[in-house]
Amino acid sequence: MPQLELVDLRASYGDVPVLDRISFSVEKGEIISLIGPSGSGKSTLLRVLVGLLPPSGGTVRVDGEAIDYRNKVDVRKLRSRLAIVFQQYNLFQNMDVLRNVTIAPVKIKGQPQADAEAYAKQLLDRVGLGHKLHAFPDELSGGQQQRVAIARALALRPEIVLLDEVTSALDPELVNEVLDVVRLLAADGMTMFFVSHEMAFVREVSSKVLFMADGHVTESGTPAQIFDSPQQPRTREFVSKILRH
Amino acid sequence: MAYSIDFSDIWPRLPYLLGGAWLSLQIAFLAFCGGMVIGLFGAMAQAFGGPWVRRPVDAYVSLFTNTPQLVQIYFIFFALPDWGVLLSPYHAVLIGMTLNAGAYLTQIQRAGFASVHRPEIEAAETLGFSKLQSVRYVILPHIMRTLFPPLSNLYILMTLGTSMAAVFGVEELTGRAFNVNSETFRSIEVFSLTAVVYILITFVATFLLAGAGRKLFRARMNVF
Amino acid sequence: MLQQLFDAAPRFFSYYNILFLLQALVATFLLSLVGCVLGFLLGFVLAVTRRTTGWRMAPLRALVVTYTEAFRRIPFLVTLMLVFFAFQAARLDTSVFVVALCSVCLIATAFIAEIVRSGLDSVHRNQWDAATAMNLSYLQTLRYVVVPQAWKVMLPPAFSFFVLFIKDTALASQIGVIELTFAGKVMANKGFPAALTFGTVLVLYFALSWPLARFGRWMEARLAPARAR
Repeated sequence: MPQLELVDLRASYGDVPVLDRISFSVEKGEIISLIGPSGSGKSTLLRVLVGLLPPSGGTVRVDGEAIDYRNKVDVRKLRSRLAIVFQQYNLFQNMDVLRNVTIAPVKIKGQPQADAEAYAKQLLDRVGLGHKLHAFPDELSGGQQQRVAIARALALRPEIVLLDEVTSALDPELVNEVLDVVRLLAADGMTMFFVSHEMAFVREVSSKVLFMADGHVTESGTPAQIFDSPQQPRTREFVSKILRH
Repeated sequence: MAYSIDFSDIWPRLPYLLGGAWLSLQIAFLAFCGGMVIGLFGAMAQAFGGPWVRRPVDAYVSLFTNTPQLVQIYFIFFALPDWGVLLSPYHAVLIGMTLNAGAYLTQIQRAGFASVHRPEIEAAETLGFSKLQSVRYVILPHIMRTLFPPLSNLYILMTLGTSMAAVFGVEELTGRAFNVNSETFRSIEVFSLTAVVYILITFVATFLLAGAGRKLFRARMNVF
Repeated sequence: MLQQLFDAAPRFFSYYNILFLLQALVATFLLSLVGCVLGFLLGFVLAVTRRTTGWRMAPLRALVVTYTEAFRRIPFLVTLMLVFFAFQAARLDTSVFVVALCSVCLIATAFIAEIVRSGLDSVHRNQWDAATAMNLSYLQTLRYVVVPQAWKVMLPPAFSFFVLFIKDTALASQIGVIELTFAGKVMANKGFPAALTFGTVLVLYFALSWPLARFGRWMEARLAPARAR
């Protein structure tokens, strides 16, 4: 059974349709990446999945169970299984690194403070920031903040991690430190779904690539298929502009 | 016997009240105009004057913005007669409000002077504008855009501020409300209606000002 | 002219009179302070209510919007009269000070609700997104994320409002509250020259308002840099 399944998912901002009948499925441990031109709806798709934008039609199933996005209880349960890392890191400015990572486990999941902190320290060590536990977000570089954001997402022990262009807001020198962390997660077998412009990385790490344009998934396949032999004209156009042979 | 709400004595007096509202608007308008003139001279004194001009203006602004308008008018109305200046309640209120407004408008216009952008003036000069043309086409529009929201806000506040004229017997909206109250004793009804009239006046005024600001000066203001 | 003032001054500045004026000053200060503190608490509740989403809260939100928009557009004197006669009609036998305090509170709540709302809005949308995505509830997000960041933006304007309102309390004299303006009227009625009494009252208001205003500006300068993040 696929861990995550989308069937004919639709969404719009007011009257403007943004997602148009998206359908695909994700097996446990798969790493799916979503590429495509700006405005194609990639980030919107992630936002819909995590419940920040209500879908206007279609179904989303997690482990076979359909999610009713209008039901608050369903959405809350979903969010404990699906974690998202944003392009702008969105760390809580008024808390230090440790508290940023522990606040959700403690306040939402009711974990005891000591347990949450122990696990948080482990995660922060893994992303290479064990020495910055009490730093505040404005004292960290973009790359460091993004790594904290990843640790924060992992603290909730999600089954699926969504990564929304996590390197797009970073200075070029800082991109690799974040990609290294994502590689670690991939190696651990975490199911991931990410949107990215880093094509070399996408190619290296993904098990499946989806190409989106105008709110629709127009083509999907292995990285080799999409990058070396794209079928659809739109995909071909995009790939040829992005990759240099 | 419990108090029962009864508007029947009030409706026939609505035109009377609205007449008072008109007077309120007039007072606010006159005081605002007078205040703008004071404000212009005051701001210029603060921006360009030497210490002998600046200090008195600073003192005037400080005094009038840190003390209540009501007491300022009390002073003008009750203290000046001792020194030979007898003013009718209407005039005392008008002068008091004008002086009060003048102080705030000095502050606002001073901020307007300070907001003038050197680079804009230099650009205008290099394009061949004369000093006068620079003022008319570059500086003034810029200042009006910055100043329009605070000026509008002050005007609305002044319109509400005219209500204290009632204390001196001036028959603007609140004053007439007091009259109706002493005639009919329907206090809650008359003051609620008065409140509603003030709310409506200010909404209409804000709306009109916001529209005028957008059209004339490209200044953006929220109505809500 | 001025001679008359100098003659009257010693009698005016008698021990009892000075005490009276100072008590009135304290009443003025307290009227604004207590009214604004209560106004802040209630205004906060109103602003938080106004920011909720969901149709169940819609009637409450409509009420809040009507209240805040209305009470910011009524002159203080009219509010004072309404509260005064409402208390009378309800046969509530309280002092005029309490009536004035309620009026201050009503108006302060409306204005401060707007100030709080701006403060909450100043926190970037993405802080809310991150919190929601982690399942923090509306109130939890406010408590742990938004308010800790927003209070620095809210406090200076709220304090400013308090200082401004000290001047509006002068109108409470019209219903007989023994605050500074009323004290001035009493002294003038006793026969002291109007220039002396109202002049002194003006000086006392200045002495109260100006230092507080300066403090407010200092506070804004200290808290504002934090906004540059």
